[in-house]
Amino acid sequence: MLQIKDLHAGIEGKEILKGINLTIRPGEVHAIMGPNGSGKSTLASVLAGREDYEVTGGSVEFLGKDLLELAPEARAGEGLFLAFQYPVEIPGLSTINFMKTAVNEVRKYRGQEALDAAEFLKLMKEKMSLVNIDKNLLTRSLNEGFSGGEKKRNEVFQMAMLEPKLAILDETDSGLDIDAIRIAAAGVNAIRSKENATLVITHYQRLLDYIVPDFVHVLYNGRIVKSGGKELALELEETGYSFLKNEMNIA
Amino acid sequence: MNDGLSTIEQQITSDYKYGFTSDLEADQAPKGLNEDIIRFISGKKNEPEWMLEWRLKAYRHWLKMEVPEWANIKYPAIDFQDIIYYSAPKQTKKLNSLDEIDPELRRTFEKLGISLDEQKRLSGVAVDAVIDSVSVATTFREQLGELGIIFCSMSEAIQEHPELVKKYIGSVVPMTDNFYSALNSAVFTDGSFCYIPKGVRCPMELSTYFRINAQNTGQFERTLIVAEEGSYVSYLEGCTAPMRDENQLHAAVVELIAMDHAEIKYSTVQNWYPGDKEGKGGIYNFVTKRGICAGVHSKISWTQVETGSAVTWKYPSCILKGDHSVGEFYSVAVTNHHQQADTGTKMIHLGKNTRSRIVSKGISAGVSHNSYRGLVSVAKNATNARNFSQCDSLLLGDRCGAHTFPYIEVKNNTAQVEHEATTSKIGEDQIFYCNQRGIDTETAVALIVNGFAKEVMNQLPMEFAVEAQKLLAITLEGSVG
Ligand SMILES: Nc1ncnc2c1ncn2[C@@H]1O[C@H](COP(=O)(O)OP(=O)(O)O)[C@@H](O)[C@H]1O
Repeated sequence: MLQIKDLHAGIEGKEILKGINLTIRPGEVHAIMGPNGSGKSTLASVLAGREDYEVTGGSVEFLGKDLLELAPEARAGEGLFLAFQYPVEIPGLSTINFMKTAVNEVRKYRGQEALDAAEFLKLMKEKMSLVNIDKNLLTRSLNEGFSGGEKKRNEVFQMAMLEPKLAILDETDSGLDIDAIRIAAAGVNAIRSKENATLVITHYQRLLDYIVPDFVHVLYNGRIVKSGGKELALELEETGYSFLKNEMNIA
Repeated sequence: MNDGLSTIEQQITSDYKYGFTSDLEADQAPKGLNEDIIRFISGKKNEPEWMLEWRLKAYRHWLKMEVPEWANIKYPAIDFQDIIYYSAPKQTKKLNSLDEIDPELRRTFEKLGISLDEQKRLSGVAVDAVIDSVSVATTFREQLGELGIIFCSMSEAIQEHPELVKKYIGSVVPMTDNFYSALNSAVFTDGSFCYIPKGVRCPMELSTYFRINAQNTGQFERTLIVAEEGSYVSYLEGCTAPMRDENQLHAAVVELIAMDHAEIKYSTVQNWYPGDKEGKGGIYNFVTKRGICAGVHSKISWTQVETGSAVTWKYPSCILKGDHSVGEFYSVAVTNHHQQADTGTKMIHLGKNTRSRIVSKGISAGVSHNSYRGLVSVAKNATNARNFSQCDSLLLGDRCGAHTFPYIEVKNNTAQVEHEATTSKIGEDQIFYCNQRGIDTETAVALIVNGFAKEVMNQLPMEFAVEAQKLLAITLEGSVG
């Protein structure tokens, strides 16, 4: 589904990703872990198509297409979703109206007809109960004045609405907020299926108590330096990231 | 409002879609302005002597006045002798019913989405259609007449209700008020007149559509709305013009009068041709709008969505004379490319316990300039006056400008006047967030802008709100990315 080959990317002339290789197949859950500043958020941003970042080498194939060639909205249309670490606020725009536009834009991209008001409402109700979100939250201005947990729940709701093939969760800092972790994990588990894949980006092992990954990768200084099964996460929990520095120095 | 979004999607790629001209034969005055032209206009309309005298008095005063220069707008000097002051679509005979309207004219209004067919019952909105200088059709008159409501063109009102016109015309905006109101008083050609009798709640929206069609014409309409004790009316004003290289002048005067416990809601969606991307052409829009809350517990509410015109100079105001009267001003002004808008309001508190509320949302893109100019004045005897003003500006890009000029004059120390102002930019983060959800940048801007303007849009009657949302999107097309 996703094939990243020797990806190099940076910002303002500074190289941050220095040759990433990663393959994700349908149904898999991958976790990327690593110390602060290793490039985790950069990877998420590059995959979603944030313009600030410059790709300097390598390739990314997503469902047979050259992902890097596509505009961010086309990537979403192809089924890529990014749950933001810090979702933005849009005053005066309700989540409902935002999602109505988003769902229909994505459908348009896929050559499907727009949902009418009744169909949209039905979809929304179904997803609301799936991720257990309150209607009041969805009628308020998008993310404005939301608590951390509410923002997280809203991201997960949007993910459920858009039914992505690959969901990327940028959870770099949320290790500190156990409530947010639970919400994110419940959402991911609710939409987990054989067809879809998930990439969870986190600093803390604790998130992985709730989302059990099939694969764990350790990102360090712009490279994946270690990959393994879920036990790798436990190992990291015990030893911390300091071992990396030792290993890297030896290597 | 939900369905407005899908219309935005359709509309976002379209240009100014009202830029067609119609092949209507016109009956015109020669270019230029002098007393003979004024006599010509007055004669064409078969006006009584007092009306002609009033016009001439205004004209003589206007000659002594100077073009106001205090507004934050720049435009080349207007040659007032190079304008046609009277142009009317030629109608060979007086119409007995709407069916007799020139088919070309009917098609013009159909293109604008305005139905002159009463049978079609355009969402229950009564329409007075004004093209170039004269009113061509007013719908639903009979039904309104049964309630004692008068809704007709100003020309007809002068003929049929001279006592009302004489009593109220110029009573809120004196002919000497300012340069453009004096000019309008001298040469106004038509407009709408509404009179709501005591205790009547007008059952439908009253609406006037203005369109400038003929070349080199100015449009000078005059609207007068009188709401007697305990009555209510909601009035809508819409306008369009063809695309032309030269600038055309529009200088209207609107006067509102609300008696005890009466309420007038006046909404405008201003969509005059704004000129092209280089700033060529477009309408110069110099408008004087003022209402007086003459009676106790009366209320006047202005709502405006300003998207068109090359230059806008407009300050719908309220004189809060009656005790406990309320004035409101809700405004969205959008400028793109080379457009300039200097708009705002005046709230003049004269009565006791008067309240006013100002919500202004300015959106600027391109190299445009958007200024809010507002005055809140509390007179010595206006005890317990209250005002709240909120002026927000949203910038798209780095080359446009937003300016806020709030003036406050308080002569009574029981007054409470609050002013809040913010300036923000559409963030790349906001756009990227929308992009990531599958929404392209153009649509994202429309969503963000409509969210920003929501408090004002919510004040509009439903059928106008959808139209207004579309307009915001069209106006800002191509302004980001
Ligand atoms: N906008 C930026 N400008 C300059 N440097 C940046 C920017 N964003 C991230 N970086 C740098 O890139 C490196 C990787 O950052 P990031 O991807 O946020 O790592 P992580 O998510 O693993 O903490 C860090 O050294 C960070 O300082």
